[in-house]
Amino acid sequence: MNERVLRWAAPLAIAAAVLGLWEWAIAAYEVPKYIMPAPSLIAVTLVTDWSSLMASWWVTLQITLAGLAVAVVGGVLLAVLFSQWRWLELSLFPYAVILQVTPIVAIAPLIIIWLDPNIKLALLVMAWIVAFFPILSNTTLGLNSADHNLLNLFQLYGASRWQVLWHLKLPAALPYFLGGLRIAGGLALIGAVVAEFTAGTGGAETGLAFRILESGYRLNIARMFAALILISGTGVLIFLAFTALTHVLLRKWHESAVRREN
Amino acid sequence: MSDAPLVALRDVTKTFANGTVALAGLDLEIGEHEFLSLLGPSGCGKSTALRLIAGLGELTAGRIDWREQHAAARDIGFVFQEPTLMPWATALANVQLPLRLAGVAAAERAERARAALAMVGLDGFEKAYPRELSGGMKMRVSIARALVTEPRLLLLDEPFAALDEITRFRLNDDLLKLWQDQAWTVVFVTHSVYESVYLSGRIAVMAARPGRIIETVAVEAPYPRDETFRTSQTYNDHCRQVSGALHKAMAA
Repeated sequence: MNERVLRWAAPLAIAAAVLGLWEWAIAAYEVPKYIMPAPSLIAVTLVTDWSSLMASWWVTLQITLAGLAVAVVGGVLLAVLFSQWRWLELSLFPYAVILQVTPIVAIAPLIIIWLDPNIKLALLVMAWIVAFFPILSNTTLGLNSADHNLLNLFQLYGASRWQVLWHLKLPAALPYFLGGLRIAGGLALIGAVVAEFTAGTGGAETGLAFRILESGYRLNIARMFAALILISGTGVLIFLAFTALTHVLLRKWHESAVRREN
Repeated sequence: MSDAPLVALRDVTKTFANGTVALAGLDLEIGEHEFLSLLGPSGCGKSTALRLIAGLGELTAGRIDWREQHAAARDIGFVFQEPTLMPWATALANVQLPLRLAGVAAAERAERARAALAMVGLDGFEKAYPRELSGGMKMRVSIARALVTEPRLLLLDEPFAALDEITRFRLNDDLLKLWQDQAWTVVFVTHSVYESVYLSGRIAVMAARPGRIIETVAVEAPYPRDETFRTSQTYNDHCRQVSGALHKAMAA
């Protein structure tokens, strides 16, 4: 069997086997559905609760993407400023690290209190904090990794700071930035979900994390699984989207994306 | 060669921040239309000297005099040991770079870059990315980029050191031909005795620690030179003479 087929067939076979075993075990041992629902029940719940789950999914997705967007703009901008003024990097980078290593769950209550009653903004800020660092640190690394001889060449031809940035440093940083983006995409989703858990928002606009909490209180485990599937699926989709973007942008020139014959 | 040199290094000293004395009291005159090689063991400061001529880095002491006061960046073409191409740009975009930085209009830029690529025998490869080209072809793109501004002074820093001998010979011949056609002044850094004799009108042999010129050898052989020169007695005699000077430099 060739590798292309295997790449799809093997994981699908595993999924079918696990789901089959799961379905059989639930029926055979008569496990109550408030402990562990059968896959078929989860599928049915996914369909019957589709509209409310989708509404929640949309809320979570919006927060994730908005947090990621702000992280991309802010991270790239700050990285560019760092590359222009080394003293700025030396002054601010330690604080970016502190922001990164402090668990988001620990500062979430603080952010919620400060931004009360604007819960949505608080959620966005938390998604942003989590997604921000990989973008900043990767882009900074990329901007500083431009070929030394090429820098000399630009200098020789009297290039301005702006020209060096635009024609040399930014293209050189692109693969690094995209690597950061793939990490940040997943992290933004985690940030959004964790933030929702901490905020425990009620009311009309509630995300998938709240659906999970709510289902837990009601012992609706099937619905919990359904929400979980949507969260994981969203994470996978974000990853695949950025992988595709990376491939499109780098396929012509970067080692990581070039198909090799040998 | 009878008139004043195009550029002259006077008592040039370069000390790096870590205390290494790369060059000490280097005197060198480069005449217009000359093909001059700087030859020496690694670490003798020949690349440092070339970079200083290009204006990359500050002199610690001494001065560099240009015959005309302009000494503008556009008048210098520089070829590094590595092709030093932007991997994200096509051959054509790479060659256009110096013109783009100088603000030349897009249409003229493309036309001149195309002509430069044709000059180094790469017509048809405009849209190729560096990774699609062989080592020799990448070096040709790098040379085309140095040529595109029509420089008067071409500085080459061991450009063919990483290439195989067959490719190197071919590029040597092409470079010589271009030099004759274009009437540039060339300063060529190399560690190969044979390459320097084949190409140069004059060879400055350098010694290391600190970098300085030990001996200057004039290669008394007419251009154009070709394979017959490579097997001639004159060529052999010069190789022996330069080799002797190099041994002296390494013992010094």
